[in-house]
Amino acid sequence: MIASIAQRAHRNERIALNVLRFAAYFVIFAMAVLLLYLAVEGTKTFFVDRFSLFSFLFSPTYDLDSNHPGAAIFIVGTLLVTVFAIAVGGPFGIAVGVFLSEIAPPRMALVLKPAIELMVGIPSVVYGWLGLVFLVPIIREHTSSASGFSLAGAGIVLAIMILPTVISLSEDAFTSLPQALREGSFALGATRFQTIVRVLLPSASTGLAVALILGIARAVGETLAIQLVIGNATAFPVNVFAPTATLTTVIVGQMPSATEGSLQEHALFSMAFLLLIIAMLLILVVRFALRKRS
Amino acid sequence: MFRNAAIAALALGFSISIGAQAALADVSLTAAGSTALLPLVKDAAGAYQTAHPDVKISVSGGGSGTGINQAAAKAIDIGDSDILAPTHPELVDHKVAVTGFAVVVNPDVTVKSLTKQQIQSIFDGTVTNWKQFGGQDQKIVVINRTLGSGTRVVFEKTVMAPDKLVDSGLTEDATGTVISVVKQTPGAISYAAFSGTHGQPVTELAIGGVAATEANVVTGKYPFWSYEHMFTNGPATPDVQKFIDYVSNATDLLNKNAFLKVGAMKVTETDR
Repeated sequence: MIASIAQRAHRNERIALNVLRFAAYFVIFAMAVLLLYLAVEGTKTFFVDRFSLFSFLFSPTYDLDSNHPGAAIFIVGTLLVTVFAIAVGGPFGIAVGVFLSEIAPPRMALVLKPAIELMVGIPSVVYGWLGLVFLVPIIREHTSSASGFSLAGAGIVLAIMILPTVISLSEDAFTSLPQALREGSFALGATRFQTIVRVLLPSASTGLAVALILGIARAVGETLAIQLVIGNATAFPVNVFAPTATLTTVIVGQMPSATEGSLQEHALFSMAFLLLIIAMLLILVVRFALRKRS
Repeated sequence: MFRNAAIAALALGFSISIGAQAALADVSLTAAGSTALLPLVKDAAGAYQTAHPDVKISVSGGGSGTGINQAAAKAIDIGDSDILAPTHPELVDHKVAVTGFAVVVNPDVTVKSLTKQQIQSIFDGTVTNWKQFGGQDQKIVVINRTLGSGTRVVFEKTVMAPDKLVDSGLTEDATGTVISVVKQTPGAISYAAFSGTHGQPVTELAIGGVAATEANVVTGKYPFWSYEHMFTNGPATPDVQKFIDYVSNATDLLNKNAFLKVGAMKVTETDR
């Protein structure tokens, strides 16, 4: 009797372990297939259509009629929108993170934290739609922009969208600091503000960098919200209130109608592959930073 | 980015299923594509399902290119399109209607008529202010349709040619969005099918003095029109053929949505 219970427990454990192992292998397998697929399709622009990688990356002429899918405008668009979002949302998010970890009374954190979690749960299309309804008219009426569709609008929407990522990660960066740092600082007579700026911020810098980089990763990949407010113009923005396009908005705008095997489809795959490479680089940087810290 | 692709796919799936009305149906058809043809197909599907409770028809947009691609991939039964599909020989063309398209401007623009050459110079980027054509001193905001839009191809072929349009303006991906952006943006100009422009608070420009009306399309005086196509992968099945015949003969619905019967035309596409 006891032996059979032990046997059954043993067998169950073996099954459970195999299920877990399978799940883990499956994730690796799925990622490998995805990478390979994108790598194959994403390089057809260069190997099948013989379009030069240099022109793809640096030519601002996206003209499929003359077989010239230069993606420079979209690459620059992605970079600018991301920089805008991180420049606005980064400091703000870190500030809220500090506040939550060091200053906020527990009761306030009780309200603030679920609010931030809710921000993550709101679908991106809702952010974009709100941007379209509120931001676009405001920008149209109060700036040089004729239509209101603009880089700035997309940047602001994105800044709001990356806030929860930056806030929760920077809060973690602060709460994980040893209490002795604070106590030592206070013991030396530093005020709370001095402690935060002179002691905690430098100590948490790696964690904050990770927060910003993951915010960047989120911004680079965002699609629907941006598409609704950026105007999708195939042109470099002449100022922050001018429309432009990003890699993601071009892909989502043109992929459904791109003919299979056409240069257009290959070029869109190349852009997707480029986005994947950017995402992988950002993850690598994060891992490197975290390893350095430990 | 894959999450977003997944969202897009989900959204498409959603919009396809919105047309589903009858819970239990013996025949289930799907149509997608041209947002110019969409109002007609939607109306026709509604009326057809009322008359045939055993048939369920799901209708969605996506653009002509999407319609052609999805029909070619056998993802849908009917691909709606404003343009032909020369790269897909397996698709069978069913001409169901004729539609005119209008060049539309924001209602505050005082210009009411432009020549083809003037329209070309706006869309190729050489003219950028309405005062250059006798209007008020206001920047022209050009709105194009996405690549893959049939409306865009018809515009390029019948109005822009031999000139080329320049994509530096805004881009919107459906007839409905184009109209709402033109409506709210001072100085805006774009183009869309009559079904989207008639009765809307936007100004339909006359082209070379010829008003954007069905009567002028029939006689060929107005150049900006095209046949509307329903593509099937191979010959249409009897169920699909019945619906296609229904659409092309639904006089009331065609009139209501500003479409013309194919047989009503006094000119052909090659006369342009």
